Amino acid sequence: MTLPPYTPAMLGAILPELLLLILAGLVLVVDLTGRGRRSLGWFTAAGLAAILVATLYFGRPSADQGMVFGGMLRHDWPAFAFTVLFLFSAAITCLLSLDVPRVGTRGEYYTLLLVATLGMCLMAAASDLIMLYLAVETTSIPLYVLAGFLQQDEKSAESGMKYFLFGALTSAVMLYGFSLLYGVSGETNLYALVNTIRLGQVSPLFLGGVAVLILTGFGFKIAAVPFHFWTPDVYEGAPTPITAFISTASKAAGFAILVRFVLAFLPDVSTYWTGVLAAIATATMSLGNLLALAQTNIKRLLAYSSIAHAGYALIGLVVLTEFGAASLVFYLAAYVVTNLAAFTVVILFARSAGSERIADYAGLSRRSPGLALVMMVAMLSLAGMPPLAGFVAKVYVFAAAVEGGLVWLAIVGVLNSIVGLYYYLTVLKVVYLYRSEDEGKAIAVPRTYSLALLVCVAAIFVLGVASAPWLGWALRTAQSLFG
Amino acid sequence: MTFPVLSIIVFTPIVAGMILLLVPGQRKDLVRWIALAASVLALGLSLWVYLTYDRSVSGYQFIEKHAWIPTLGISYAVGVDGMNAPLVLLTGIVMFTGVLVSWGIDDRPREFFAFLFILATGVFGVFVGLDLFHLLFFYEIAVFPMYLLISIWGWPVTREYAAMKLTLYLFIGSVVALVGILAMYYASGLRTFDMQALEQAAFSPAFQRTWFPLVFFGFAVLGGIFPFHNWSPDGHVAAPTAVSMFHAGVLMKLGAYAALRAGIMLLPEGARFWSPLILGLATVNVVYGAFIAMVQTDFKYVIGFSSVSHMGLVMLGFGTLNRQGLTGAGLQMFSHGVMTALFFAVVGMVYDRAHTREISKLGGFSKAMPLVAIAFIVGGLVSMGMPGFSGFVAEFPIFLGLWRVQPIVAIVAALGIVITAAYIMRVIGRVFYGPMPAEFEGHIPPITRRDQVALVVLAGILILVGIQPGVMAPLIQSGADSILRLLGGA
Repeated sequence: MTLPPYTPAMLGAILPELLLLILAGLVLVVDLTGRGRRSLGWFTAAGLAAILVATLYFGRPSADQGMVFGGMLRHDWPAFAFTVLFLFSAAITCLLSLDVPRVGTRGEYYTLLLVATLGMCLMAAASDLIMLYLAVETTSIPLYVLAGFLQQDEKSAESGMKYFLFGALTSAVMLYGFSLLYGVSGETNLYALVNTIRLGQVSPLFLGGVAVLILTGFGFKIAAVPFHFWTPDVYEGAPTPITAFISTASKAAGFAILVRFVLAFLPDVSTYWTGVLAAIATATMSLGNLLALAQTNIKRLLAYSSIAHAGYALIGLVVLTEFGAASLVFYLAAYVVTNLAAFTVVILFARSAGSERIADYAGLSRRSPGLALVMMVAMLSLAGMPPLAGFVAKVYVFAAAVEGGLVWLAIVGVLNSIVGLYYYLTVLKVVYLYRSEDEGKAIAVPRTYSLALLVCVAAIFVLGVASAPWLGWALRTAQSLFG
Repeated sequence: MTFPVLSIIVFTPIVAGMILLLVPGQRKDLVRWIALAASVLALGLSLWVYLTYDRSVSGYQFIEKHAWIPTLGISYAVGVDGMNAPLVLLTGIVMFTGVLVSWGIDDRPREFFAFLFILATGVFGVFVGLDLFHLLFFYEIAVFPMYLLISIWGWPVTREYAAMKLTLYLFIGSVVALVGILAMYYASGLRTFDMQALEQAAFSPAFQRTWFPLVFFGFAVLGGIFPFHNWSPDGHVAAPTAVSMFHAGVLMKLGAYAALRAGIMLLPEGARFWSPLILGLATVNVVYGAFIAMVQTDFKYVIGFSSVSHMGLVMLGFGTLNRQGLTGAGLQMFSHGVMTALFFAVVGMVYDRAHTREISKLGGFSKAMPLVAIAFIVGGLVSMGMPGFSGFVAEFPIFLGLWRVQPIVAIVAALGIVITAAYIMRVIGRVFYGPMPAEFEGHIPPITRRDQVALVVLAGILILVGIQPGVMAPLIQSGADSILRLLGGA
């Protein structure tokens, strides 16, 4: 194999990744010089915002959306759209980390975060099994460390350990699936191997088995049932900004590879996929929502709710249509901005009140009316109420199900969203209705956090009210996946 | 470009709500005056729309249409015709009087009015919406604030339970309707949510019969149709006065209107197929609701169940699918809205002074609050369908229409009117006449000027429509006619 000739397009394709690497190095250097540690978070967040802007302007895929680096990466709309989502999520996470004790002043924390983001960007673009696996590991390993970042805290250590064990096991299983795929096709490039398999008449049973192995790895990343068991414990124990990051960016990254993989195999596999994925989506939605009902810890509640949301998003994939894939991408965007807002409130509340119990949120509407309002917006958006992002996102996903002829799945989703509404409302009930003795104690909201809240809430409203341009992006992403 | 009056009506409340949230919470009087100003503006504009609607040309007027999500054929589209113009006016009236009677709320009035106004925007948005997505969008905006309004400012004994029950019921209804709406969207093949386009879609009869129940009953949950009415009396009772007024006066019409607009008008064949069921259930509403109202010991529950009973008449009017019935249903929506707002205002005023709603513990209030008693009696006469009041104008055509399709239903439903007379008489006799219990003697402060204005406005409208039906009936009839054209000119 000869190395492909260099073209400027190749650099454009990995522009965000390059900049992230440079930023990670810079953060380490600034940390070493020891000056202005408090401003590290600001610096990283500003860097990420700059990369986001640079990507938006210079990182757009060219018209042909072709492969680069010998077929390792594909610089196309899915890669671009998901990269934007990851960068947004990472930037907000940095803002959220700033005032978290034993986290926000550490250079290695931000470096790890940046490396994980880099891995995610590669995940979204990877079109080769080897690249895909490397990207998954580049993402996962920093996240294991970050989940267990508070060494003195038993829960955080447990969280890191659990995340690592589950992650290592599932990625080994996934790797085994990859090796089998290579075995039958002799190719590592996703699109090439699909073509070979198509011609080679591989037994469907064998392919089904391989699919199960690979789905294990992807299912872990998106926390779909039955690969969800790590979620509540990891979410609860990890430092909250990392929980926010895992529940948003990392989940979206999982979806990025899942969507690319599943849709690459079309149309051969549609008969299996529909059944299997529909079953997974139903189980994920239902189990996530039902278990969320019983939670008393806000982070665990959000963990189960995030499982349920993976289920709703999967509906968009099950139907295997262009609009379905677009609705999935839109759903993820809506979910990411909403969940980040919810976690910001959780972090601020824990910082002032030192608690993550839902019952302790009593009187929040009197302690901090603004924060209560943000909580309401976030909860209602998760529940799917207009004029917020969650509403349109749900409508799109259900519309995709109806369009694809899976009306029953739309009804399952609809019933689930009622269960969801119930527990989101119970949180709001505590926030708005119950009184507590601490009502006099105000909750401090540092400027960085106000900025993060403002950005997220604005995004929730923009996605909800003016969703047309974003849906347009999602549709282009979907077209590119089908093209 | 014409003056976008409907958009201004729709967004006035929510903009006012946002302004309220920026006002410091301690400045409660400023908050109240801003709320009043916004409601006067909304009322004034809706009255202007009502009066300047050109009755010589029927059909939608004041139309505004902007692309919203063009890829899916979703637009922001508003307009009024004979059916919804009175409902917009009704919302303006209830909003204005609701602010007047809520003057005394002292716990976080800023948030109270802000949430109430978000709800009002949702209600206006549904009534003027000409696009299914638009309709659903505003429908849910109207539903959710109820939860907070009831659970925070409601009657402490049942508010948590009632608020949760109400919200879940209504949400279930709306998401079920959503599935039906999506099915219509794809089945039409038109790729649009525009209702005027979908009216021409000519869905197959089998499709209409399958999907009509989801859309119609999904929305009719909010209209209080039996057996999905259960949330409504609990919700009415637990809610604070202004919210009960909004809830029974306007929100239940919202459900009925959406069921009519998205159900009957878009799936006429389905409506014809299911109309016996609608008639049957609505008859249960009328009679059963009245019986249950009869045995209530709580003043507010009486009114709550009377709403169930009266909304049954609206549904009966829909079920007839003929000109008289639909016209009557339209009139009944308006008349009942004003009447029940009046009732709940009165209940609130009595409760604020007596601190109990047990009918057996009340009595003789006509001496202490004569105007309140008169207002209640006006409302009572309306609800009994006395000639000279708006109730007669509304109920008479409904029964006329019913007689043409199902005389038996008309006879059974008429029973409901008799029982209504009985329970209204009972309440008037027990609460406003008879001896006043000793503990109230001399402890009943007079109602405020603002309360008086609210009562006079509401009662005045009921009488005006009653003695001069010409101000409303022809308009609604023109709306009913355009529905009949869709039904094939039956």
